[in-house]
Amino acid sequence: MLEARYFKRLGLEEIANKVAQGQRLSISDGERLFACPDMNAVGSLAHHVRTRLHGNIAYYVVNRHINYTNICVNGCRFCAFSRKKGDPLSFELSEDEILDKIRANGDGLTEIHVVGGCHPDLPLSFFEDLLRKIREIKADACIKAFTAVEIAHFAKKEGKSVKEVLERLKSAGLQMLPGGGAEVFSSRIRERLCPEKLDANGWLDVMRQAHESGIKTNATMLYGHIETVRERLEHMAALRELQDRTGGFVCFIPLTFQPANTALGHLAPSTGVDDLKTIAVSRLMLDNIAHIKAYWVMLSVKLAQAALYFGADDFDGTVIEEKIGHMAGAESQQGMTRREIEGIIRDAGLDPVERDSLFTRLTTRPQVANSCEGPRSILRRDDGRV
Amino acid sequence: MIENGRLDLDQAWDLYSNADFHTLGTMAHEVRLKKHSQPLVTYIVDRNINYSNVCVCGCRFCAFFRPPGHSESFVLNRAELSEKIEETLRLGGTQILLQGGHHPGLPLSFYEEMLSFIKSRYSIHMHAFSPPEIVFFSRLEGIGIAEVISRLRVAGLDSIPGGGAEILVDSVRARVSPRKCSTSEWLSVMEEAHAQGLRTTATMMFGHEEAPRDRLVHLFALRDLQDRTGGFTAFIPWAFQPQNTAIPRETEGAVSYLRLLAISRLVLDNFDNIQASWVTMGPKIAQLALFFGANDFGSTMIEENVVAAAGVRFRLSIEEICRIIQSAGFEPRRRNMAYELI
Repeated sequence: MLEARYFKRLGLEEIANKVAQGQRLSISDGERLFACPDMNAVGSLAHHVRTRLHGNIAYYVVNRHINYTNICVNGCRFCAFSRKKGDPLSFELSEDEILDKIRANGDGLTEIHVVGGCHPDLPLSFFEDLLRKIREIKADACIKAFTAVEIAHFAKKEGKSVKEVLERLKSAGLQMLPGGGAEVFSSRIRERLCPEKLDANGWLDVMRQAHESGIKTNATMLYGHIETVRERLEHMAALRELQDRTGGFVCFIPLTFQPANTALGHLAPSTGVDDLKTIAVSRLMLDNIAHIKAYWVMLSVKLAQAALYFGADDFDGTVIEEKIGHMAGAESQQGMTRREIEGIIRDAGLDPVERDSLFTRLTTRPQVANSCEGPRSILRRDDGRV
Repeated sequence: MIENGRLDLDQAWDLYSNADFHTLGTMAHEVRLKKHSQPLVTYIVDRNINYSNVCVCGCRFCAFFRPPGHSESFVLNRAELSEKIEETLRLGGTQILLQGGHHPGLPLSFYEEMLSFIKSRYSIHMHAFSPPEIVFFSRLEGIGIAEVISRLRVAGLDSIPGGGAEILVDSVRARVSPRKCSTSEWLSVMEEAHAQGLRTTATMMFGHEEAPRDRLVHLFALRDLQDRTGGFTAFIPWAFQPQNTAIPRETEGAVSYLRLLAISRLVLDNFDNIQASWVTMGPKIAQLALFFGANDFGSTMIEENVVAAAGVRFRLSIEEICRIIQSAGFEPRRRNMAYELI
């Protein structure tokens, strides 16, 4: 952490003391952090917490994304991925196509991330069968599938309770829910951007029930469109409150809004400073969620690396094939290799550790040979120093 | 350490190696705010024109050059030059950064005539010919560096870009660019240019085959010369881009770029300006660089070919540059090569 005089000069002395003592920050503390003009001060506080929790480690996962369909009954204005049924650009993968993708890239996979649109016709039995088949061909990978929005959609469509949907999917092999569909909880924002979508209470309720059913989940926030800083902080506070009750959130993922090809294409994309501040404030506010993800698909690889010094401890993973962010203009590559990810983390002076979906460290894997020997080999000492 | 005077090489090495990321950034940012107490970030509207890609230098880090006679080699004709300059002026540009390769078939008079042609037709600042080109012209013509510079000045040269410095350590140059001018030649071109009243910039290209300490040796060589001449306007470090080159390695990441930028700000206490490189690092990291010692956002780069040849293509409009600067909490201001606000 920076010397106290820097925080004093910026009027952050009280917040810095709270952070040093591990006390909870208020929404107005969060507002002061967002308003602070000094990136290093905010970054240093978040890095302090991140280092207290995770030391010099940055995590990654060998995963594969599968977007099974882009057909969606919701018409969220921030989405470039969704299509209505019958649209020439709509797609719907068959069970065989999905299984072929997993077979094609199955080596070493520990996580299969499955999300799609809220399809009007696919019955719950399709997904139950799918999970069982995935489990058959890939018994050792965690199936992390279906956002809270999809779960609520299945329940509504089948006329069943959320609880029953979760239990049925769990017995078919579902192990974890990803954190998508949270967007920003503010009803003002949801009415304007995604009126058809599950509302904030519905989202939080699905997550609560998942946690109570023994299903861990992640949580996200889509920021950088028309929300205010306060609405971001209220979103974080709502997650923090639920986490106090359930403890079921594993990782928080701030997602930077990508405006291209969406109905909000006139908005400018977020800048690096806003992205890093949001990650840093997330780390500081969410004192009861262990992990903060720097999702390179949305941030770009370079900014995601810097984010490891602004509160993030996870780099996400190999991904292999991503459609949702890229259809909205994300300029990152489709996937990364383990070697590339480990190289990026080492280049930042941190130690890469492969994890599974629940952040259990995987130590049986052979270490990937260091890909950045030579000049940068000094960038590999304790506590983020070169 | 900083308050008690200048950093020496060992102190700088200690900071570069050991200071934590945010402390290093904060120290650099404090120096930057002290040097520029107004919360301004400057930028220039200009265009890179590469008059030729023909080069006999064959540097291993270069993806741009083509050997003489190669099917992709080119030398721009006057119509092409004019078109590019007119477009630059239409877009509000005030400067042309003109550079090429080491073309074995073009005499110094070719460049003198090119400058005279441009200056007779257009009112535009000519920031042209990096030190390796000037050394090459001097060898080709069998005349001294001072004469080359003075003839180019008479023809219309306004200032010299700091390219071709790579790493100013001869053992590194011998490996990555053995046919390019030496460290002392690069420095003496700059010293002579400053003596003749031309301002210049200085660059560093890092992250190839140099040792980390070589980067600091480079900074101290620049600081020593600047003590004697005061002729450098700015320092611009940028990371080697390996694609399509003969040096296979991973691209330097954001964290090590920012550390280098910060230590540059701390060592180069006699340089007024440090430039962020959005062309190589992307706009988001360049914005973050404004908190690690940089006070200048570089150029709008209406055209850029050399980094693009290594597979890296970012594009920014003037409006976007201003938005990035503003959302970092600074006021964007247009400048000229001498870093005067315009």
